[in-house]
Amino acid sequence: MAALKYPRLRAVSLRVAQSVPVVIGVVIISFILTRALPGDPAVYFAGAAADEASIQEIRVSLGLDKPLIQQFFIYVGDLLHGDLGQSISSGQPVVKDLANRLPASLELTLTALILSCGIAIPLGVLAATRPGSWIDHMCRVLVTAGVSLPTFFTGIILIYMFYYLLGIAPPPIGRLDFIYLDPDRVTGFYLIDAALMPDWDTWRGAAKQLVLPAITLALFTLAPIARMTRAAMLTALSSDFIRTARAAGLSNRKILYGYAFRNALLPIITTLGMVFSFALGANVLVEKVFAWPGIGSYAVEALVVSDYAAVQGFVLAMALLFVALNLAIDLLYTVIDPRIGFAAK
Amino acid sequence: MTKISKVTTARSQGRFDHLAYVLRENPITMLAFVMFGLIILSAIFGPALVPYDPLETNAVKVLQPPSWDHWFGTDNVGRDVFSRVITATRLDLSISVAAVALSFVVGSVLGSIAGYWGGWLDSVLNRFFDTIMAFPLFVLAMGIVAALGNTIENIIYATAIINVPFYARLVRAEVNIRRDAGFVRAAKLVGNSNIRVLALHIFPNALPPMMVQVSLNLGWAILNAAGLSFIGLGVRPPTPEWGIMVAEGANFIVSGEWWMAVFPGLWLMIAVFTFNLLGDGLRDIVDPRKRT
Repeated sequence: MAALKYPRLRAVSLRVAQSVPVVIGVVIISFILTRALPGDPAVYFAGAAADEASIQEIRVSLGLDKPLIQQFFIYVGDLLHGDLGQSISSGQPVVKDLANRLPASLELTLTALILSCGIAIPLGVLAATRPGSWIDHMCRVLVTAGVSLPTFFTGIILIYMFYYLLGIAPPPIGRLDFIYLDPDRVTGFYLIDAALMPDWDTWRGAAKQLVLPAITLALFTLAPIARMTRAAMLTALSSDFIRTARAAGLSNRKILYGYAFRNALLPIITTLGMVFSFALGANVLVEKVFAWPGIGSYAVEALVVSDYAAVQGFVLAMALLFVALNLAIDLLYTVIDPRIGFAAK
Repeated sequence: MTKISKVTTARSQGRFDHLAYVLRENPITMLAFVMFGLIILSAIFGPALVPYDPLETNAVKVLQPPSWDHWFGTDNVGRDVFSRVITATRLDLSISVAAVALSFVVGSVLGSIAGYWGGWLDSVLNRFFDTIMAFPLFVLAMGIVAALGNTIENIIYATAIINVPFYARLVRAEVNIRRDAGFVRAAKLVGNSNIRVLALHIFPNALPPMMVQVSLNLGWAILNAAGLSFIGLGVRPPTPEWGIMVAEGANFIVSGEWWMAVFPGLWLMIAVFTFNLLGDGLRDIVDPRKRT
């Protein structure tokens, strides 16, 4: 009965329920990845100087002597306690390391996405409303070039141009120059924390460091969003309801933004899910180029020293983050599209 | 817009005309084909033609800017960047071609099974693909290489695994809509086995869209492999490879030695760009309605 009364609630809970099997699948795959270590994990964790007895001891203590199914449940139990193992390089629990560094990655990714949506969506709309014009051609070139750009390469070119040649960008040494003190940690987002203090000098310093990596990541995500916006707007503008609206004499503005854009928004938001996948992957490369202390560069450092617990923790964290983002996008979908779940309203 | 004649007797003729028409109308696709040819040639003959040994160091000529002797300059141990960039084509191309071929085969088999027989097998496979797609793909590739071990073969496997769902879903959809088609029933009626019908009668229908996917995918696979080696996975120095060369050059960009990173990066970009253009061009040839 409750479900009938609250169709919106029903749609939302159905969507949340749908992500449960995906999370289970993600956990299974990351379990397989942790158990697929090259060779015997016990030999690896025991170190080079270990003899047969100590390897056996480690095997028992890691639970590797138990059947695989039992190992899996132990793994899931550990996950539920938030235990992803110890990082060898930092000596800290992996969860703590990831939590410390996650805000840096999120600040970079979100800034980049806001930036690229802010450019790509207007560009796509303009290209769709003026097909064949120079802006349409520019959109087309940008779209094909954008997907061909290796993120790490764009980043290096930008550093060369704006730091070495023009001297207007700060050196690529992370989130804040040494002359500033880190802002007090509230959210972990330097821009927000510095604004809360408020310490505008630090804010400017953090913003300066953020600009180039954010542009690099934005250039990469620009292409799919612009492409989808253009295609979705073209579809919307050629549909019957727009013809009717034009015939009824509505203003161009009303037609474009009130009707066409609102309908085009749905496929654009769907594309955002795919863009997130690319952005989270590209994030790793951008962080390496700009020495950005996020979870991506953490994973890269861990890879170099074969710190497997840290790498697998990172992969799992990224996957869960991505599932959560997709869930959020779909929920946003139900808010924007009145046809989904609001039928009885 | 011309209509392609659908008359079966003139089918191959019509196809060729259409190909010629698309190439004439779209010089960019033509350019993509030419560039594709050049890339293939430099992958095959490049290592034999380059002016210097890509591994030979020269302590006298360190970090020299581009000149007539060294078109792309020299790197921090005096190796010729041009020779290294051209030599690297073969390795980068082999990695991506091998990965795409692997995911093509595995994706085709799994997708055909899921689309033809359906049932629980279909649901299990779909769940599996959903799970792979639930990972940010580059990150999953990192995890796979970290788990399997840091070698070039594992880069290939990882790139193949993250691409399988795209092929499998495409094939599944193409097979599924044809499993009860008239020509399939006829083929079964005359006594062909399920496998034979699937492989020889249904699957070939999925090939045109698959080809488009392959071409777009090749560019992406090169980017992926270069990205992995950029963060230090797979290929090891001093092997010439674009990703690793950009990574080495990145250390010198802040002091102004741009040529070490820019030329391999540029080559990588051109290769990816070519495959993307080729994919778009092929799509125009295969399915003119999907032009954007």
